[in-house]
Amino acid sequence: MRSRFILFKKVKLIKLAALVIVTGAVALGASILSAVSASQAQAQEQADEEESDIYWEYSGSASLDLRVFPDSALHSGQRDQHLNPSVVLEPEFLVEWNDGDDRIDFKPFLRLDAQDDERRHGDIRELKYQHIDDGWDLKVGADKVFWGVTESRHLVDIINQTDGVEDVDGEDKLGQPMVNLGIQNTWGDINIFAMPYFRERTFPGRKGRLRSALPVDTDNAEYESDLEEFHPDFALRYSTVLGDWDLGLAHFYGTSREPRFVVKPDGNGQPKLIPFYDIINQSSIDVQATFDEWLWKGEGIYRRGQGDDFIAFSGGVEYTFFGIIGDSGDLGLLAEYHYDGRDQDEAPGAVLDDDIFVGARITLNDVEDTDFLAGVIVDRLSHARSFSIEADRRLNDRWTIEAELRITDGLTTKELQYDVRRDDHLQVRLSYYF
Amino acid sequence: MSKKLLSTIFSLSLVAFTSGTALSSAALADEAADIAKGTAIAEEWDRRDWGFGDTESFMEMQLENRHGDKSIREMRQKTLEVPGHDVGDKSLTIFDKPRDVKGTAFLSFAKIFDPDDQWMYLPAVKRVKRISSKNKSGPFLGSEFAYEDLSAQELKKYTYKWLRDEPCGELQCAVVEQTPTYENSGYTKMITWYDLSEYRQQKIDYYDRKGKLLKTLISSDFKQHLDKYWRPYNMYMENHQTGKKTRLVFSKIEFQKGLKDSELTKNTLKRVR
Repeated sequence: MRSRFILFKKVKLIKLAALVIVTGAVALGASILSAVSASQAQAQEQADEEESDIYWEYSGSASLDLRVFPDSALHSGQRDQHLNPSVVLEPEFLVEWNDGDDRIDFKPFLRLDAQDDERRHGDIRELKYQHIDDGWDLKVGADKVFWGVTESRHLVDIINQTDGVEDVDGEDKLGQPMVNLGIQNTWGDINIFAMPYFRERTFPGRKGRLRSALPVDTDNAEYESDLEEFHPDFALRYSTVLGDWDLGLAHFYGTSREPRFVVKPDGNGQPKLIPFYDIINQSSIDVQATFDEWLWKGEGIYRRGQGDDFIAFSGGVEYTFFGIIGDSGDLGLLAEYHYDGRDQDEAPGAVLDDDIFVGARITLNDVEDTDFLAGVIVDRLSHARSFSIEADRRLNDRWTIEAELRITDGLTTKELQYDVRRDDHLQVRLSYYF
Repeated sequence: MSKKLLSTIFSLSLVAFTSGTALSSAALADEAADIAKGTAIAEEWDRRDWGFGDTESFMEMQLENRHGDKSIREMRQKTLEVPGHDVGDKSLTIFDKPRDVKGTAFLSFAKIFDPDDQWMYLPAVKRVKRISSKNKSGPFLGSEFAYEDLSAQELKKYTYKWLRDEPCGELQCAVVEQTPTYENSGYTKMITWYDLSEYRQQKIDYYDRKGKLLKTLISSDFKQHLDKYWRPYNMYMENHQTGKKTRLVFSKIEFQKGLKDSELTKNTLKRVR
């Protein structure tokens, strides 16, 4: 009963506090250093230089989420509510000086969920100091980095951990503490990442929907490295544009963002899934070719460190019919294929191992920016299907509304999503921007 | 030069008047002269903008539907002049309002005949997407401005034909018919009013693919920068077919701030503010 009134579990609170302190201290330290050196440099310069202004800004959004589950919960311990309301707060603070060449960004995140205390969580999505110079830039602190081109799976995107309680699409990410040096050349760009602290994946709690039959015990994660979450991870990325082609090559060494699971009893003798994080090496390539209405996209990875070495790839096309809906709406058709060669017993499970995605995107290009995206992913062997429909629209200058419908069909016991077969749901989100 | 040409044409047409067979060739010569004159006017318009270097503009877009409901967009645009007639300029547009699209950025490398190279940055997912630029005639942010109206106006994107001179407000204007040379334009032609004192585009009538009058753009509040470059601070686009209107109001345009080529790349798109 009492836990209802405690916002966060103690362990989570400590970890969050540690994260805030570590990234905050590093970002602040770096920015103070830079500010000091900048002010010294300025002092040396002639006084006729214009004084550098400090600019700051405060913005963000607050959202009301409502998830509707038509079916009753399947697993023991789940709260059998068909309606799951929650509130999200995402403010953003920005301070910049030297005409924007130095800046600090702070973007905390908070979700209050009435039913699942794992989903009731906070995060530092961003807290970083950034310096931009001629031909290079440096970022210190927590940030989000996206790599890749395909729509229905983000195979090469590896810097950030997935915030698994947020949504099933894996597109919500936890802030990753890092030092990132970017070097821009005419022949392409190089980005070097050093990541001193690993973020564990979040999973719905015992009471929550959209979880595995056995809940995941996120408080007792295990690691291949003795350094656990303090194992230093590194990544290197080269990206370039060659005419109609956009190309990215990358290598990652460090803690796998995807965990394997080990079944162990908890303190009360109840079996639970313990996440286990391996050390991996992953090389990747992502390519997009843009030929008029056609976008050709491909991503591939080669990974070592989880059973046998394996490859995985995603590839497909997007074709857009411009201006064919109403006054000026566009219709885009998408098709993608996903292959994953991993050993599903020794490596973390992959849902998309031999799957086809087809979808359609409608962009009305109206004042309200109305968009629809509908798609289905079909497993080529079992024919299990996951449908999703997303729609969003601006209501006025400060409000937007979004809806997502997710339905699975024909899941067999072999499918990883078998445990969420009764969790079809509609999510409606009303957001206010300030 | 063009006056001399004109008088030649004039005398030619007089001759043509006397003989029926020469009439068609005289009409052709007439047409050629009008094309030459129109092109000369556009060249002068283009020449007067050479060397602007780079600009940074702050603007507000006011959208109004046929019921009079208004909505506001705020954005900034950095433009880098790329010298030469065979390549277009580079531009970066950053959206500030409405707030739900704050931080969204749009990078465009204009080409003359090939489709432009375009990338979109989506701040919520931190993703840079290369997008198709085929939709030149599509609306920009739901406004009455199409992408092609706002992308770099390069000389070679059109062929020109002088129609007539006539007063436009207090000024005297040359009226020039412009036909897009690039593919996928939403227009069969544009009629542009260039004032003869400073060669500014005062007004443009856009004709749709069926040849019907679609939109009119009226530019006003022209200000001169660096004693040379004129820019309108108010652009009013009215769609005659839907009754919708968009007004683009500039609050500030700064020239030659030292924008570098390396600041307008796909990879720097994700750090824009």
